[in-house]
Amino acid sequence: MTNALLRNARLIDPEAGTETLGWLRIEGGQIAEIGAGPRAGGIDCQGAYLAPGIIDIGVKVGEPGERHKESFRTAGRAAAAGGVTTMVTRPDTATPIDTPEVLEFVTRRAQEDAAVKVRPMAALTKAREGREMTEIGFLIDAGAVAFTDGDAVTTDPKVLSRCMTYARSLGALIVGHPQDPGLSLGGAVTSGKFASLRGLPAVSPMAERMGLERDLALVEMTGVRYHADQITTATALPALSRAKAAGLDVTAGISIHHLTLNAFDVGDYRTFFKVKPPLRDEDDRVAMVSAVRDGLIDIICSMHTPQDEESKRLPFEAAASGAVGLETLLPAALRLYHAGALSLPELFRALALNPARRFGLAGGRLQPGTPADLVMFDPDIPYVLDRFALQSKSKNTPFDGQRMQGRVLRTWVDGAVVFDRQNGAQA
Amino acid sequence: MHRGRAMTFSQTHLLGIENLHPVEITTLLDRANAYAEAERGSREHGQPLKGLTQINMFFEASTRTQASFEIAGKRLGADVMNMAMAASSLKKGETLIDTALTLNAMHPDLLVVRHPHSGAVKLLADKVNCAVLNAGDGKHEHPTQALLDALTIRRAKGRLHRLVIAICGDIAHSRVARSNIHLLGKMENRVRLIGPPTLIPAGAADWGVEVYGDMAEGLKDADVVMMLRLQKERMDGAFIPSEREYFHRFGLNAEKLSFAKPDAIVMHPGPMNRGVEIDGNIADDINRSVIQEQVEMGVAVRMAAMALLAENLRARRAA
Repeated sequence: MTNALLRNARLIDPEAGTETLGWLRIEGGQIAEIGAGPRAGGIDCQGAYLAPGIIDIGVKVGEPGERHKESFRTAGRAAAAGGVTTMVTRPDTATPIDTPEVLEFVTRRAQEDAAVKVRPMAALTKAREGREMTEIGFLIDAGAVAFTDGDAVTTDPKVLSRCMTYARSLGALIVGHPQDPGLSLGGAVTSGKFASLRGLPAVSPMAERMGLERDLALVEMTGVRYHADQITTATALPALSRAKAAGLDVTAGISIHHLTLNAFDVGDYRTFFKVKPPLRDEDDRVAMVSAVRDGLIDIICSMHTPQDEESKRLPFEAAASGAVGLETLLPAALRLYHAGALSLPELFRALALNPARRFGLAGGRLQPGTPADLVMFDPDIPYVLDRFALQSKSKNTPFDGQRMQGRVLRTWVDGAVVFDRQNGAQA
Repeated sequence: MHRGRAMTFSQTHLLGIENLHPVEITTLLDRANAYAEAERGSREHGQPLKGLTQINMFFEASTRTQASFEIAGKRLGADVMNMAMAASSLKKGETLIDTALTLNAMHPDLLVVRHPHSGAVKLLADKVNCAVLNAGDGKHEHPTQALLDALTIRRAKGRLHRLVIAICGDIAHSRVARSNIHLLGKMENRVRLIGPPTLIPAGAADWGVEVYGDMAEGLKDADVVMMLRLQKERMDGAFIPSEREYFHRFGLNAEKLSFAKPDAIVMHPGPMNRGVEIDGNIADDINRSVIQEQVEMGVAVRMAAMALLAENLRARRAA
């Protein structure tokens, strides 16, 4: 059923920055019409919020190579249950996505199994080794929406500058991981009183600013379109602000974990809180929330990184990094709303509108003529999160056992329901 | 009777100093002192660990600490077994937790563990139902070392409060320093850290200590001078320009020691690098150095720790 009328819904329009009680009509999988006020017929949303589906950039799926951690089927289910209608996937898989052939495999697997849209990113250099650039042109033809080596930071500026120059000629977007590779080597937590007391190898927050400054200098030199995957420290913000003011084509993102957790959450070596870059001090977290509100940081994502139990049941230094986040992205983001830090339109600007704009995708808006990728949610439902209730194959969430407020009720992709909490239906 | 004990030392494991109450520290030191006196006077101290199995698991090479735990266990009647884990199952890919579960199935009563990763001993302790003693985890804690240092200080100075104690050298890589900072702080002493800034951990100034970069200033009026070993094996790059420059600026010799109180004692957790962090003449000066007494107190403190944990273990099992 790709025709529907949804009435009595609070429509969140991140473009206009408004919340309006009204209705929305879906026809042929697209948003056909939107209006304010009451309307007869269709589905009564009973005052629930209706927003553009989340576009989560930087999702890691375990295919190819680590399907035991996450498959397109389980990632798709988790996405649908979390109100994510498009996953922009990462190429840092066990077999890196660095050739058109591997990219085609991924696209085919996604089409077969994923309940939501999948738009893959490809590696910037072969095997993510930072030596030779990938076939950027072929990869764009095969559907790559951006190029990144993920956390394997290219150490050689000459290689990176050539990649950028070449990418620019094709209009490709490069996603960088701003961390100075030398300073951040081996760091498991952010340096400071806590890390030192716990005796953990630590990295100075300055590594992020150094990585960003270097990348921005090369962006200025080459003119490439650049997105910093995660900016998590206040010390990096002035550089970002200057680059934007100077007219460079630069955007920045942050993971939801860095907006809602801090370094102290690691506590007694809890490895589910080990992420890359490491969680920061509370001062930094607060500064990042402000930066999202001000629009200096453009995009919030989950940095969904599935890890199996074995890779987390290790001493902190030896444990794998990363947390799953597709399903908890919106409930965690709603903490910022409940805390009064961000309005719902501001949240969806960072969760849906900005990623759509930056990655050239059609969704992310409540606009007639755009795909009916939608999420309906109630921001007030309270519950205690149980990690084993998550749809992801891997259960490594830092929010296990925590009180959450807000749940996705229903998710549509191209007008079709892919998740419905009430009926337990899952496409 | 057990209730009385539980109130003065209520721990199931000895994982660190951070979670100990000052009363528990005093209880443990009192017991250790009694053992030390009994050993010196060749008096009976009973065999509270008789019938118990103690396994020493050292994932990191150790001679002194392992020997100390072994002797302590044997003097109190435990059946002691040493496992050199560095050469064992880890090489075969077994995880720490599996190793713990395997050992647990053999029903040991006391598990003494040293591991190169911070937090690893706690991870292991969560999975077993015997008493676990941390014999050093990464750069985190080494509780029995801090306790033996405390007992040595208490015996030499007659008290363990209101003393000025300088910990000098490689603080950054030292679990001994961290445990000592916790313990000496809890007992209300003034703790100073002295070392080159590359070997002082980030944020150390927020630990309730005073940080100095100069020995003359830092040692002024100190009651206790605690030297640390330069942990070259834990360093992953250049922290100091050379050993001779380090010795010149931070090595303890008679001249630097003269800034401390005339009756200040000199301590070192061993093994010493003579001529790097400490002048051999100072280390051997029987009027100042208590380094040999530290080793002696090490056995007594480990006896006390295992005896108290065993009492709590027996009480739990009886309940």
